[in-house]
Amino acid sequence: MATSPALLFPSPSSASSPPSSARVEAVVLFNVCDSYVRRPDQADRVIGTLLGSLLPDGTVHVRNSYVVPHSESADQVAIDIDYHHNMYASHQKVNPKEVIVGWFSTGFGVSGGSTLIHEFYSREVQNPIHLTVDTGFTRGEASIKAYISSNLSLGDRHLAAQFQEIPLDLRMIEAEKAGFEILKSTMVEKLPNDLEGMESSMEKLYILIDEIYKYVDDVVEGRVAPDNRIGRFISDSVASMPKLSPAAFDKLFNDKIQDNLALVYLSSITRTQISIAEKLNTAAQVL
Amino acid sequence: MANRKGLPKPFLCLALVILYAAAPGGMRSFLQAVSTVTEEAPTPLRVVQMEGLAVLKIIKHCEEFAPALVTGQLLGLDVGSVLEVTNCFPFPIREEDDEADADGANYQLEMMRCLREVNVDNNTIGWYQSCLLGSFQTVELIETFMNYQESIRRCVCIVYYPSRSSQGVLALKALKLTDSFMDLYRNNGLTGEKLREKKLSWVDIFEEIPIKVSNSALVSAFMKELEPESPVTQCDFDRLKLSTAPFMERNLEFLIGCMDDLSSEQNKFQYYYRNLSRQQSQQQAWLQKRRQENMARKAAGEEPLPEEDPSNPIFKPIPEPSRLEGYLVTNQISSYCNHINGVAGQNFSRLYLMKALHEE
Repeated sequence: MATSPALLFPSPSSASSPPSSARVEAVVLFNVCDSYVRRPDQADRVIGTLLGSLLPDGTVHVRNSYVVPHSESADQVAIDIDYHHNMYASHQKVNPKEVIVGWFSTGFGVSGGSTLIHEFYSREVQNPIHLTVDTGFTRGEASIKAYISSNLSLGDRHLAAQFQEIPLDLRMIEAEKAGFEILKSTMVEKLPNDLEGMESSMEKLYILIDEIYKYVDDVVEGRVAPDNRIGRFISDSVASMPKLSPAAFDKLFNDKIQDNLALVYLSSITRTQISIAEKLNTAAQVL
Repeated sequence: MANRKGLPKPFLCLALVILYAAAPGGMRSFLQAVSTVTEEAPTPLRVVQMEGLAVLKIIKHCEEFAPALVTGQLLGLDVGSVLEVTNCFPFPIREEDDEADADGANYQLEMMRCLREVNVDNNTIGWYQSCLLGSFQTVELIETFMNYQESIRRCVCIVYYPSRSSQGVLALKALKLTDSFMDLYRNNGLTGEKLREKKLSWVDIFEEIPIKVSNSALVSAFMKELEPESPVTQCDFDRLKLSTAPFMERNLEFLIGCMDDLSSEQNKFQYYYRNLSRQQSQQQAWLQKRRQENMARKAAGEEPLPEEDPSNPIFKPIPEPSRLEGYLVTNQISSYCNHINGVAGQNFSRLYLMKALHEE
């Protein structure tokens, strides 16, 4: 080429701009790992569809996923398109708000076959995201990355598709609610009941307060350089406790305690009542 | 050498003879074992083992549609005394149409077929449902259990409470009907005497099975990596929340409603007993009259009339109302009481914690 090549990026269409970041729920990760573990012997990796929604600020919220059978050889890739559509229709019946937002694959990095698959998904939805879940832990760490692709064209000729990584938010609030201890270990003997949960939360709070005490002590004694931001944060937190006079607080406290005691009393009475009623019902004999 | 070579043989023969002598007893017991393996009772279900994936999916589905109640199917394996739940899929919410039944069945078949293609365990082992504040013990639940029991040997129902999960407790329960209750229900024997015979009280209808959670090594490795650095999680925030009043209020409302139901059930029984005793006194009176007539007839030399008269309406047996409703209502009441107790206990700890913090 005599003229200097000009790389043209497609101008952002007015319909929708490509997603700028992605958020993945824990259930998607679990599904991907589970399907990887169950993959057929000859497959190296698994691919599947991602479902979710596109938030107005450009974030893609990935909420669900299902695996799609595919076969891959050196030069060609085949996906079971019917299966994909069937599963999508079934999922739509349950939750019509979850639409296709992209696809996932296990393995590290983006391979050649991925471009073809990505092209297929681009026909399903605009700007699909591609999520790679590195189940092989190739770099010794869990790497989950999300990409979007943009087409690079030289003049009129389509050269390549460039996969750009987009920031991924893996906060997994739902998983936190369920409790990470349950999801972390390979076997949990029994689900913690509420009292045990309270105990562990209170212990964590206690540890936090201890740390803050230690930090403040260290700063006062000059062992640690004071950091204004942390100091301000601590004073904000302490000030956020409502200021009540001791009398008002005591009254409030006693009222609540009495309410709770009344409830416990009511429930014990009810229990006694139902056991008596049951004895009467089955033991009564007129004959 | 010859001796040594010769020795094993008679020894072996002796051993074999002994074996064969013992064999009839042994063989018989082996045959017995083989023949009775189909008749022996299945090992009792002791634990339900769920995969983290199934737990998360159930939570996601129930939370998304709260406060509507949703259901879904559980898939997994039945291994000895452990029922493993490896996957699940949700059911779409059905409007009450006639055609929805066929649709529902189609959806189920379609999902099972698709999941089988990707090597997911294709066994139905039960279903899950979300429920609001513990009022899931209904007749429909029992009927669904009986329907499932006809096709699969062991099935379990997993109940999830989204309202309690907002308080930081993973509220999942695995239930199944006790065998004795199922026998009685099948034979329509929910009358007073039969229940007394079997010593079946309302506690024995549902059996709660402990849940274990297991995860594959791969996913637990991922989770360990991705666990956030912060020492407290959303779970802890939820647990230390002080405002539980709306939850308690609703629980109490439901409790009051259930007490009303219970008292109406008891009224039904009282009515039945009153009718029964009135009928009996009527029968006695009629019998007396008959006997007098008979004596008069005998004196007159005529045939005595029979002492029974099935066509008389006072001899019609009054059906005893089923105690099932009463038992179910009692179960509901007890679960509300348990909830209230649990939350009140937590409230106590939280209040004392607040007091300690305030004094500092």
